[in-house]
Amino acid sequence: MTDPHAEWAPPSPPPAAPPATPSTEQPRQPVAVSTDFADGEWHRLHPATPLFRGGLAFVAILGVLIVNLRDRFFEIFFDDQQVPLPPTGGDLESDAIDFIVREELVLVALLIAVGVLLLLVAGFYFSWRLHTFRITDEVVEVRSGILFRTNRKARLDRIQGINIARPFVPRVFGAAKLEISVAGNDANVPLAYLRGADADALRRDILLLASGAQRAGVDPAATAASGIGGMLDARVSELLSPELDVDLVAPTSIVRMNPGRLIGSTVLSDTMIVLVAMLVAIVVTSIVTGELFLLVAMFPGIIGIGGFLIARITRSLRYSIAATPDGVRVGFGLLSTTNETLPPGRIHSVKVSQPLLWRPFGWWQIAVNRASRSSQNGAAGQQQTSILPVGNLDDVRAVLQLLLPEVAHEASLPVLELGLSGRGTEGGFTVSPRRARVLRWFSQPRNGFALTDTAVLLRRGAIWRSLIAVPYSRTQSVSVHQGPLLRALRLAWVQVHTVAGPILPMLGALDRDDALRLFHGVADASLRAAATDTSHRWRQR
Amino acid sequence: MTNPESTGAESTGTESIGADPAAPGSARLDVAGEWQRVSPKYIPVDMIGTAIFGAIATAVSFVPFWIGWPEGWLVGVGVATIFVITLALTPRRVRAIGYLLRDDDLLFRRGIMFQRFVAVPYGRMQLVDISRGPVARAFGLAELKFVTAAASSGVLIPGLPLAEAEQLRDHLVAVAETRRAGL
Repeated sequence: MTDPHAEWAPPSPPPAAPPATPSTEQPRQPVAVSTDFADGEWHRLHPATPLFRGGLAFVAILGVLIVNLRDRFFEIFFDDQQVPLPPTGGDLESDAIDFIVREELVLVALLIAVGVLLLLVAGFYFSWRLHTFRITDEVVEVRSGILFRTNRKARLDRIQGINIARPFVPRVFGAAKLEISVAGNDANVPLAYLRGADADALRRDILLLASGAQRAGVDPAATAASGIGGMLDARVSELLSPELDVDLVAPTSIVRMNPGRLIGSTVLSDTMIVLVAMLVAIVVTSIVTGELFLLVAMFPGIIGIGGFLIARITRSLRYSIAATPDGVRVGFGLLSTTNETLPPGRIHSVKVSQPLLWRPFGWWQIAVNRASRSSQNGAAGQQQTSILPVGNLDDVRAVLQLLLPEVAHEASLPVLELGLSGRGTEGGFTVSPRRARVLRWFSQPRNGFALTDTAVLLRRGAIWRSLIAVPYSRTQSVSVHQGPLLRALRLAWVQVHTVAGPILPMLGALDRDDALRLFHGVADASLRAAATDTSHRWRQR
Repeated sequence: MTNPESTGAESTGTESIGADPAAPGSARLDVAGEWQRVSPKYIPVDMIGTAIFGAIATAVSFVPFWIGWPEGWLVGVGVATIFVITLALTPRRVRAIGYLLRDDDLLFRRGIMFQRFVAVPYGRMQLVDISRGPVARAFGLAELKFVTAAASSGVLIPGLPLAEAEQLRDHLVAVAETRRAGL
């Protein structure tokens, strides 16, 4: 897997090594990492990168220009007669060409065109040459740009997830985009593009370095070189099974996405109900009034919703979720695929919810709050916060155990299941008092919380059921609120603050004393958890 | 619940605000402790801000009346009334703002009608901001913002004398360093 351009080192000595720790003093010691990318030296991206990043558009524009000028070329080179100059007033393009021909500037024009072409090619080449990255024990660092140099460093222990995306065209060429998510908006470090197999191996190496494991123990067998013949095989198998790493076959998906269930859940989703309601409204109004104005008005919306639903199905058809030693790996996509590894301790809250029409089938969906925003989309084109698009209770159990192993262990699963479909105080839940019926007509016996030893569980909704779990080790703060209406009823509401995301962990209409108990309970437990939590350096001992 | 103590002194006194109505049967929220109050000088700062905003909002809401809607003045008067009430309640509201430095976390409270209590562990601190508006600067005050990774934490302590705000910031940074936690 070694390629000559990947071993290029800049003429200037690389910048000073990161702060010396026992493990970084001799970075060329035998390492457990399996690619030569993670050796602390500067490396380059896939040589076809410029083509994938806009070069294809450039080639297409060139093609269009050549096709348009073809007639001209024929006239110039194959017609001995004087070209009859059209009278002035033609379009700008032919005017310009006529001018060039008339003034006998063809050579100059060609030279200029070739010059521009060379400049562009040189630009692409240098932007590729100057786009380098390196991975040390402490940071991932990327340098890019010709005139305006940018240099981005991300600390390995702050990595929130590593995403490998394979858009369709690069995928055909066997290239993949590796994106390292760091907490914050637009704080990601993309490495676009790498060879597909390299991307998988590099992700494993980065996670290994980030895990706090000491570099030790050589594993040279991991880099089994394959010849030219093997390359084609590898390319084909990569296309066919993108969710499987070449060397990391062991983690197989714990949830099998059943196409019937996926289509059924999409048909029965709330979005589909809106779509059907819109279609009914259009049919009714056009029959009653005999005019189609509503169709015209709603057409863009219908197209948008329809596209959203179809995207949800196609993206989730090859959904996979698997446990790896360095976190949970979630894969999506049919033609363009993405699969992302979330290291342990990066999931800030989890919500299991059930749209109304899914209840007869016992289907649930799971979303998470994460500290980073990936530019790649998950299921249904949402940001990668939808972790399980649809699944039954067994799938929910398995995924919860994967996402929050310290919260969803064998002993606590019954409590979690009570949180999904139970009601009342069973299982340690504290629910809203009966006087809160005024505010929670149907859900009062469900609307409640439970403080387990590792997470706070918020249970809401009788019609649209949901359960939110926030591990104490990830809560940022907690607040309790009370307005005049709630005060008159001796109630209060509580919000647990986590990083921004689709989940808003709050619980309304609690008894005033229960609300304060929840407030103090979460505040104390999160202090205890923060003092002992080491999940962000999951392999460190 | 009136707090007669508004000495106007430079230092902000400690006082257990809201402790009196915390009778066992009270519906109000309360957390016992020696709450630090913000400077009483913040009352005029807040009032000036409210007054300027209120004057602009009132002027805008009179526009329908001026362009020929005879009953439009009702809107303007309504808006003005809301701001006058807000102004009148400012001293009460400012006195309800408080913070409490516990061993491992910071408690912050504000509001009388709409009460809000927040508990933020020091270790979750991402940064501390001190900012001063022009009016607050004229009164020698500053506001301190405690930022965590969650946008909804919203701990913004206004009306601190500058020296106290800087002292509090240094204290928060120091204790956060010893209790550093992951994200």
